[in-house]
Amino acid sequence: MPSFPLIAYSHVGKSFAGRGSSPVMAVDDVSLEVGQGEFLAVVGGSGSGKTTLLRLANRLIEADHGTITVEGEDVRGLDPVSLRRRIGYVFQSGALFPHIGVAGNIGLTPKLLGWTAAEIALRVNELLELVRLEPSYRDRLPHELSGGQRQRVGVARALAAKPHIVLMDEPFGALDPLTRDALRDDYRALHDRLALTTVMITHDMAEALLLADRIAVMQAGRLKALGTPAELSQSGDTYVANLLRTPRREAERLNALLPRDGAA
Amino acid sequence: MSLFSDARWGEALTHLSDYLGNHVRVSVTALALGLVVSLPLAIAARDRPLFRSVLLGVASVVQTVPGLALLALFYPLLLALASVTLAWFGIGFSAFGFLPAVLALALYSMLPVLRNTITGLNGVDGALTEAAKGVGMTPRQSLFTVELPLALPVIMAGIRTSAVWVIGTATLSTPIGQTSLGNYIFAGLQTQNWVFVLFGCLAAAVLALAVDQLLALIENGLRNRSRVRAALGGFGIVALIAATLVPNLARPSSSYIVGAKTFTEQYVLSALIAERLRAGGLSASSREGLGSNVIFDALAANDVDVYVDYSGTLWVNQFHHRETPPREQLLGELKTTLEKQNITLLGELGFENAYALVMPKKRAQALGIHSIADLASHAASLSIAGDYEFFSRPEWAAIKSAYGLAFRMQQTMQPDFMYAAVASGEADVIAGYTSDGLIAKYDLAVLADPSQAIPPYDAIVLLSPRRAHDEALQAALKPLLGRINIEDMRAANLRASGNDAAASPDAVARWLWDRIAKR
Ligand SMILES: Nc1ncnc2c1ncn2[C@@H]1O[C@H](COP(=O)(O)OP(=O)(O)OP(=O)(O)O)[C@@H](O)[C@H]1O
Ligand SMILES: [Mg+2]
Repeated sequence: MPSFPLIAYSHVGKSFAGRGSSPVMAVDDVSLEVGQGEFLAVVGGSGSGKTTLLRLANRLIEADHGTITVEGEDVRGLDPVSLRRRIGYVFQSGALFPHIGVAGNIGLTPKLLGWTAAEIALRVNELLELVRLEPSYRDRLPHELSGGQRQRVGVARALAAKPHIVLMDEPFGALDPLTRDALRDDYRALHDRLALTTVMITHDMAEALLLADRIAVMQAGRLKALGTPAELSQSGDTYVANLLRTPRREAERLNALLPRDGAA
Repeated sequence: MSLFSDARWGEALTHLSDYLGNHVRVSVTALALGLVVSLPLAIAARDRPLFRSVLLGVASVVQTVPGLALLALFYPLLLALASVTLAWFGIGFSAFGFLPAVLALALYSMLPVLRNTITGLNGVDGALTEAAKGVGMTPRQSLFTVELPLALPVIMAGIRTSAVWVIGTATLSTPIGQTSLGNYIFAGLQTQNWVFVLFGCLAAAVLALAVDQLLALIENGLRNRSRVRAALGGFGIVALIAATLVPNLARPSSSYIVGAKTFTEQYVLSALIAERLRAGGLSASSREGLGSNVIFDALAANDVDVYVDYSGTLWVNQFHHRETPPREQLLGELKTTLEKQNITLLGELGFENAYALVMPKKRAQALGIHSIADLASHAASLSIAGDYEFFSRPEWAAIKSAYGLAFRMQQTMQPDFMYAAVASGEADVIAGYTSDGLIAKYDLAVLADPSQAIPPYDAIVLLSPRRAHDEALQAALKPLLGRINIEDMRAANLRASGNDAAASPDAVARWLWDRIAKR
């Protein structure tokens, strides 16, 4: 069990008015604690409520039921704007501002917090180095970057104001496998070095298993399972078991397809 | 003479800095005002569906009002407002010219700006507005740093549409007393000076294109985030405004303003008055093409110093009399009524421009018709044509009842076409104007009005309250009083309806002065 919960969901529910008559229960009675320094991965099928769960934490949307606390405080009692400024958020689509350069995108939250221009410039250089981008990229516009570079900028932007908490919504999707591997490892190293608390949504079970301390499995708005990879492998639930088996199944099929010494 | 060697191009050019300058000033001010009002409204309305539909609905309705009507409506509105503020706060303002034109045009400019701003803002990718929230922006910061910059190309497109509309519609502000490129068009249409019409249209089109291209440059600069291009476009706009302000500042402001309504005779007479003033060492500028209802109020408000009106017009339209006293009595009563408003009726010019029933001389002789009374027995087999307002005027009711007229058919026509229509037999009788030059040209007969059903329409010179005791002005105008007879005016009007350089109001005014000065 985590030491001190930095983020805690307690019986949280959120529904959206659906297209038809019945509302969609996007998040349904979820209770979950993320400890200080923990790396939690959230997995689950499309539409299972992962993004909704994340957005509830920094009040991009408001919960219908239950309570959410961040660093021990009920988020309903906090000013949402300052709450968001102290939580880093990497958006599912990247969502860099297309009319603002790389440096401007990264330095946004510090600027909103009133840092001086010199402090921001220093911090931007630091972050570019952290996410391994050449300093010459500072002045580029997002559309002048590759997909992977954009995602690095997205991560840098989330880290800019030195948050303790980082929420990441499929941050490493749409990348070539090598870049993806490198960025993943880089991020995990950062997480450890900066003592961050990270919640990362992913569709990739292997990624979740490799990076995370614990994994939360969502299905149809409900928290199906929560635990370390080892704990999850004990789960009797067929959905969870199936999910856990996918990386190994894939690996086995790949092994069968590729000659032992042929793969690089 | 070829079209381009016509001397009237040169004459048109002499007015360009005045007309263009005024046109730019009124359009730019209206556009700026429209933007200042529309942008905040659009921002406030974008996520309030009810407010949004009401706002866009109202703006759309405004758009369906013809430009000319919208401009004309603002004049009485402001006039009423001005009298209220004068009564309550002791502050009056001029309801004439610039102000109503700016307000009406600003209103006219709103729809494209509102619609494009709302569309642009609502079209911003939801993922980006959420990201703006996510990085910790307040709604205001999100608006200014993310939403507005991203919506800017769409907003600019709306502003461009608006600018072209406003510049085009500003030509219609001439009748409410705002000098504009429309002065060429209105004067040209009335005096059949197609060079002026063409010149005015071209100038307005070039101006609209130039402003559109400058705005396009700004838009392009913003879209491609090129400061240079945006700055260049901005500089162009500023330079344009500055250029139109310079000649205006240099102009003397204390000159006499001579007004003219929107028909040929008025252009000629105002040119004549202006020329007489200059001959008397006074400086004069003209405000031409003013609406018939606007010009009198403008005089009363000292926005116009002198113009020629017609006794019957004032009697019926301005003072709403139904009965028609004899000519001398009407003039006397009119003079006292005008004096109560501090307006001076300086005197009559010597001719009348009255409504009259007119038909071809030969036809009248053949039928033995000399007066309207003779017409009564033939009317049942004849058709009559009149201008847009004639058949609803009290004169027509008076004529019909006085002579017991019942025509086979009555139709309304553009005044310019009426004479040709009656000459060619398309209409049997027309309600024309006694001083019209076309009466002589088409050899028409003016039917006598023995019962005096038609009020007298003596051309009279009116002076504004502030010029009531202006000796120099009165001395300069005295030589015109009683000197212009109906033949003079018909001949002058006929010349002015020609289509060459000798037909310009200034040229005709000089010709007319030469003719009457000899006597
Ligand atoms: N703003 C909204 N309005 C209405 N319905 C919503 C809204 N946001 C999410 N939903 C619905 O809530 C459910 C959960 O959505 P959510 O985005 O949390 O899923 P997800 O697990 O992140 O899916 P994916 O893996 O595809 O990103 C879905 O059925 C979705 O359609
Ligand atoms: Mg999602």
